[in-house]
Amino acid sequence: MAVFIIRRLLQMIPVLLGVTLVVFLIMQMVPGDPAVLLAGESATEEQVEELRRQLGLDQPLIVQYVEYVKNVIQGDLGTSIRSNRPVLDEILVRLPVTIELAFWSIIITIVLGMFAGIISAMKQNSLTDIGIMIFALIGVSLPNFWLGLMLILYFSVNIQIFPVAGWGSFAHVILPAITLGTSGAAIVARMTRSSMLEVIRQDYIRTARAKGVKERYITYKHALKNALIPVVTVVGLQFGALLGGTVLTETVFAINGVGRMMIDAIRMRDLPLVQGSILFVSFIFVFVNMVVDIIYRLLNKRIDLN
Amino acid sequence: MNNEVVKETGTENIVKVSYSGVKWKQFIGLMKSLLKNKMAVFGGMIVGIYFFVALFAPWLAPYDPYEIDLLNKLQPPSMDHLMGTDDKGRDIFSRIIVGSRLSLAVGVISVLIGAFFGIILGLVSGYYGKWLDTLIMRFIDVLLAFPGILLALAIISALGPNLINVMIAVGIFSIPTFARIVRGSTLAEKKMEYVDAIKAMGASDVRILFVHILPNILSPIIVQGTLRLATAILTAAGLSFLGMGAQPPLPEWGAMLSNGRNFLWSAPHVATFPGLTIALIVMGFNLLGDGLRDVLDPRMKQ
Repeated sequence: MAVFIIRRLLQMIPVLLGVTLVVFLIMQMVPGDPAVLLAGESATEEQVEELRRQLGLDQPLIVQYVEYVKNVIQGDLGTSIRSNRPVLDEILVRLPVTIELAFWSIIITIVLGMFAGIISAMKQNSLTDIGIMIFALIGVSLPNFWLGLMLILYFSVNIQIFPVAGWGSFAHVILPAITLGTSGAAIVARMTRSSMLEVIRQDYIRTARAKGVKERYITYKHALKNALIPVVTVVGLQFGALLGGTVLTETVFAINGVGRMMIDAIRMRDLPLVQGSILFVSFIFVFVNMVVDIIYRLLNKRIDLN
Repeated sequence: MNNEVVKETGTENIVKVSYSGVKWKQFIGLMKSLLKNKMAVFGGMIVGIYFFVALFAPWLAPYDPYEIDLLNKLQPPSMDHLMGTDDKGRDIFSRIIVGSRLSLAVGVISVLIGAFFGIILGLVSGYYGKWLDTLIMRFIDVLLAFPGILLALAIISALGPNLINVMIAVGIFSIPTFARIVRGSTLAEKKMEYVDAIKAMGASDVRILFVHILPNILSPIIVQGTLRLATAILTAAGLSFLGMGAQPPLPEWGAMLSNGRNFLWSAPHVATFPGLTIALIVMGFNLLGDGLRDVLDPRMKQ
């Protein structure tokens, strides 16, 4: 197991390097001269030249990239053009809010999704099953930014039980977490259902039944444990969609997290902040994926991921 | 030499005739089983209606979608304006109808971009294997390491916010899905005897890949393409909602929804209808894609 974890950690390195390379290359596509952009319109030709030298923009691309990676490794993601503060600080200030939102959303995705999926599978082809599956279909099809607005409209404007926007109390978390967690819950529900149905058909379940093991015990002890294995992978993938989705959800609910900061940064053309935050969030995702792989491995000792 | 070419094209033609005959029968059979799948038929009908509306939009829209009428702004739905009017008095129903052209075009074109590059990368990766496979698959891993729409956002932040760049960004965002599916199918397909046979006949790699392997792995590509259209339309609408896609006064659904946010209290219908429109077409593509998967790709049946 330790060997596996170490190998998995090492496998992260090329992916992380690739991510930095893609972000670096995308930023090279920005039209216009970054030195002119940074120096401002009033700068003289010499000032621009000086800035270009300072930033190393006169160096060949490969040297610039190596320099960029060195800085990233040291935690230097550059400086925000607007606030003049380090990008990493700007991210870290807003990160707790985004993590809290992501945490409650993934809880909704997992708990609601698995619960609905299990019930659906247990009552296959019943009205309950059909109802849940229709809900799941609607769940994957709804644009989450629209769902957020409709939740605000109903719960905050019409019956006024939740705050319209902002952050602070637990009441603030509920609507955004539902908004962000719904499509994931729908996907997990479908996956759990099909996975459960597949497991139930296996021989060892029939054996357990023949032995007279209680149905409830079979469901939760035998079937669920094995049915969950593929679900873990889906949850991991959903976490990525969810991290990306914070951008929309935070915009809808005016939450001051990393996602909304990213959009503001794109609007203000604060490219170092855009670049840094996209890199940071992607790193989190790569890390989460690794954790998911390890959990998968722990749950399923049969496979060998070499 | 000349003789050989003639011979080869000669056999090719014979093979092709019988081959397309089989394909045609297969196609009829597939359509029959697809029509038995009620959900798929329902999805197909939704998709069909949307494409019909997009095709005939200028004739179907009761009003000019750009015509400003400030005297009638933010009117609730009525017989005159089925979905009401927006803050500039424009008829929302007409805007949604005309906007279907934008949203469907963005969805289809971006999926085509993703499929084009994804198929080439997948074919090359699966067929040649070795270091080329490793290199391409690591590249795909890197693209997948960007959570959700962040890669698309990064591309748009560099290229600038407009619909063309949304298509490029969402297209690139779709490459990994196609590349992985095509690679997997190619790996299985290249072990088939017919590939060895064609190779022995001296066919070039390009010919083997595009004329022989590709047509045989179309099923999973079609299934994935349909499902991907749902994601592409959702993502593009999300980008426009964030102000990163279609710019006013274009009647793009995501942009309309974003505009409607400002009047959520006084005129909730402005945001409600564009959202419902997006949800319905996404559901249509999802249902159709699920149905196609059950019919075309029974192994993946859930």
